[in-house]
Amino acid sequence: MQSSSKPAATGAPAGTGGQAPAATPPTSPDESPLPRPGTPWSRRPAVVRRGILLIALLVIWQAYVTLMDVNPLVFAAPLDVAEALVDGFADGRLVDASLVTLRVLGIGMAIGMAVAAILTTLATWTRIGQDILVLLTSMLNPLPAIAILPLAILWFGLNQTALVFVIANAVTWPLAINVSMGFRTVPTTIMMVGRNLGLRGVGMVRDVLAPAALPHTITGLKTGWAFGWRTIIAAELVFGVAGSGGGLGFFINDARFFLRIPEVFAGLVTIALIGIALESVFNWIERRTVIKWGMKSVEAED
Amino acid sequence: MSQQAAAAAAGRPLLTVEHAQLGYAVDGKLNIAVGDASFEIRQGEKMMLLGPSGCGKSTILKAIAGFIRPTAGRITLDGRTNLDPGPDRAVVFQEFDQLFPWRTVLDNVAYPLRVTGVDKREAADRAKHFVEMMGLSPAADRYPHQLSGGMKQRVAIARAFALEPVMLLMDEPFGSLDAQTRSRLQRELIEIGERTEVTLLFVTHSIQEALVIGHRITVLSHPPSTVLEIVDVREIKDPDTEEFIHVRRHLRELLADEGEDVDHAVFE
Repeated sequence: MQSSSKPAATGAPAGTGGQAPAATPPTSPDESPLPRPGTPWSRRPAVVRRGILLIALLVIWQAYVTLMDVNPLVFAAPLDVAEALVDGFADGRLVDASLVTLRVLGIGMAIGMAVAAILTTLATWTRIGQDILVLLTSMLNPLPAIAILPLAILWFGLNQTALVFVIANAVTWPLAINVSMGFRTVPTTIMMVGRNLGLRGVGMVRDVLAPAALPHTITGLKTGWAFGWRTIIAAELVFGVAGSGGGLGFFINDARFFLRIPEVFAGLVTIALIGIALESVFNWIERRTVIKWGMKSVEAED
Repeated sequence: MSQQAAAAAAGRPLLTVEHAQLGYAVDGKLNIAVGDASFEIRQGEKMMLLGPSGCGKSTILKAIAGFIRPTAGRITLDGRTNLDPGPDRAVVFQEFDQLFPWRTVLDNVAYPLRVTGVDKREAADRAKHFVEMMGLSPAADRYPHQLSGGMKQRVAIARAFALEPVMLLMDEPFGSLDAQTRSRLQRELIEIGERTEVTLLFVTHSIQEALVIGHRITVLSHPPSTVLEIVDVREIKDPDTEEFIHVRRHLRELLADEGEDVDHAVFE
């Protein structure tokens, strides 16, 4: 018995009579000896299926622009966009724009994380902290962060501080909600184990509460960065209209102003690519931690 | 171990529970679970706490573990009262989620040692020893979610033994296991318990389990509980003897008077 690595193996056939459990190596959940059922299409790996669809989409797009003789001031063909992308990265303008945007996002997220950490710590230890957090999150979380941009400009002027303020605001609330939820739902048994070992205060938070709340924390970070990312592009577009900035939103707006339509598309593609890259960083962290530890089930992504 | 050895030599109990009253505050009102409990446990003794469901057996264990304080009476361990939680009274819980999901089997056993001041090398060596003792070596590098319920409880037991506690506290550790796994773990616990001469307090509502594992059985009444009787079963281990059957019937009658579903308690 107990030779299976599946958690539900409690009732597996017994018979080893108190001997050491059989040495079966743990099998990963996606290892399946059964042939995949389905159509020839669904049997292909996800990467291939998506790749084929992407190529098909690009071909249709290119064919549409070429064959229908679309006005290039309205719609750019994929080949032109690719060229603009390559040029943009080669002459460094897209790289610079991306770095400006990522820097503001990074500072905003760092501040948001610090504020969320302070708020959730207070909320975990004190009743009033809990009340403050609930009040603030219920008021501010439903508010699209971009809505406070006018106020931020009024307070800080047309500069990056205003942007950082807006981003920090976008990140703080979803993060604080998730982390405090994580702290509050730590199983009582594992808390008692911690106390049994004599853990208290900081040691308890570091060794028991924080790792136990990690699935929620990562979820909060994923939501927080996604909010922040959408918000910063929107804010930069507004700044672009106002004629200052230098991030990706500004790049797009600038290209539109000078009718460099392929560059508008190149900016959009860059935003999407950075989004995908950051998303996969968080997914990688999840796979290496909470999914590996069985604290979060693998999402059906195939 | 010198303190314990001294205690044993002096023939005085390691732990005394004197007229303990235990309860929880519910909506600002004290809800008494244990009205008046008195018993003592000697060095190396396996004491079972047996009683109907909800009789406060676990509450007594939690008080000895230091999670709650008696509202009246006294609990004394090795001359100390007002106990705070500590690894000298390692607890094994019933719940499978008592392991740290982010640590491997080996690390689940080694980490508590490091926390309690054992240096890293020694902690690793000791963890390896106890993991092997519980037959967990092939699973040493797995994470808890890859283990069956029985294996999880084995890890929890290995962790508790590795701490080399003054007393081992077990709160229905086999309560969520299937019958076969449970009886196997009972046998293993008896064997290790004899070898290590650990002092054990074991909470159960199963008469069979109490008889098989225990030296003495403290039978509790329904809440607010008192001690109904303390039965010495050290010499009563053969289930085919008349003595065994007699004691079992006696325990059933005691619990039946307390409204426990006795058939369930006996045959599970």
